[in-house]
Amino acid sequence: MIRFEHVTKRYPERGEAISDVSFELAAGEMAFLTGHSGAGKSTLLRLIGLLERPSRGQVMVNGRNLGRLPKRKIPYHRRELGMIFQDHRLLMDRTVFDNVALPLVVLGLGHYEIGRRVRAALDQVGLLDKEKAFPVTLSGGEQQRVGIARAIVSRPPLVLADEPTGNLDPDLSREIMGLFERFNQVGVTLLIASHDLSLIATLPYRTFTLSAGRLVSDSGRT
Amino acid sequence: MQGALATLGHLFRSPLPTLMTVAVIGIALALPAGLFVITRNLSLLGSGWEQTAAMSVFLKPDVEVAQAAELAERLREREGLAEVRLIAPDEALQELRDQSGFAEAIDQLTENPLPVVLSARPAAEIASPAELDRVQRELEALPEADFVRADTQWVRRFHAMVHLAQRGVLLLGALLSLAVLLVVGNTIRLEIQNRRSEIQVMELVGATPAFIRRPFLYTGAWYGLLGGVAAWLLVTVALSLLQGPVSRLALLYETQFWLAGLGLAALLGLLGTSVALGLLGSWLSVGRHLTASDPE
Repeated sequence: MIRFEHVTKRYPERGEAISDVSFELAAGEMAFLTGHSGAGKSTLLRLIGLLERPSRGQVMVNGRNLGRLPKRKIPYHRRELGMIFQDHRLLMDRTVFDNVALPLVVLGLGHYEIGRRVRAALDQVGLLDKEKAFPVTLSGGEQQRVGIARAIVSRPPLVLADEPTGNLDPDLSREIMGLFERFNQVGVTLLIASHDLSLIATLPYRTFTLSAGRLVSDSGRT
Repeated sequence: MQGALATLGHLFRSPLPTLMTVAVIGIALALPAGLFVITRNLSLLGSGWEQTAAMSVFLKPDVEVAQAAELAERLREREGLAEVRLIAPDEALQELRDQSGFAEAIDQLTENPLPVVLSARPAAEIASPAELDRVQRELEALPEADFVRADTQWVRRFHAMVHLAQRGVLLLGALLSLAVLLVVGNTIRLEIQNRRSEIQVMELVGATPAFIRRPFLYTGAWYGLLGGVAAWLLVTVALSLLQGPVSRLALLYETQFWLAGLGLAALLGLLGTSVALGLLGSWLSVGRHLTASDPE
């Protein structure tokens, strides 16, 4: 599903964020990406979402070489993956329903189909009763779950999460991880960046560790 | 279509800023539109005069009415004159008495000082000033004629002035159209800034640049349309306020004059122009401020 071949990302002002990283993640796998802040976790995810382009090396996603993807095709690439952010990136002036519906509106789906799918996604994250609420009225954990619902509502084969439990207490974090495991069970490939080592240690999934931009360990497939 | 209505709903959710922008556009467009209506009315007024614009041939005092009637008959045969009317001195005096307000003074007159006048209207095909001049000179050359007064000269000057005014309106319109363009462009720029985070999220979930751009273009077009309607309302209200005084003034001249409105063609032109300006303004702004964040 994802293949990195000697990927380096260099920023003019801060040097190399990622240095010569190679790995492969098969379809249907769920894996963690750990490391200290600034180790390059976010950059790696941003390369997959094509928010950045590598300075060197190749990133393949779903058999597609992202380096060769023209700019006008980027939106279509992003429709095939769901992205979850630590700061949720919700629109505060829209209801929960409208936030989750956004990827489907972009796809141009009909009214009825959007309603059906949004409710299904909200049901999965346990927020069916909050569809008319505004994000500000929700707790941090609930907001994160709205973000997750938005990422999975279009049923993408690949979901990327950047510190999805960063601001949550251990119980809520465990709950979110439980959600991810359920998505994985229905075939979604997940790559989750997190520095919550104690939580990751309790879960039986492959773990990549980044340090200063280099891939220093890969627990291998489980 | 649904998207267009959605952006309209978005505009009405913040009515005050929308109203202000629409008012600015409306006023900017109402000015040239109003002046256009004024010149249109002046032009209508002028063409009304043109039809009555006649050459008055004042005959020498010793020419009798019978002689004058013969002369009028001869002139009617001539090319270049559509109508020749004889105004006898008595008739003229009566008219003067009725209209000038000097009835008492006129009643004091012991004899009628007025000469016979032949009112000659040039034929419709005599249009150019040069031809009118030729007709005038021919009439002046008549032995019975004392002098000829052409009413056409000042009508022509009046037309030239109206034409000048129309050109001025056009220039003003162009200038104010530019202002509308800038107003819409700036409003859309602020809108883009306010919705920056929304735009970023849209990009993240795979919205194409065209999809992101569309609501802003709709917004610009709506601003244009609403501004055009506002301009039309302003002009209409101004005209209805002016109709009363104009009617009274016309009454003093013993005529009736109804102010012509914008007219359907000009209204459609106004709305079309305003929508086009709104669309163009937003398009320019979107092109400048909504460049998709490019992955580096």
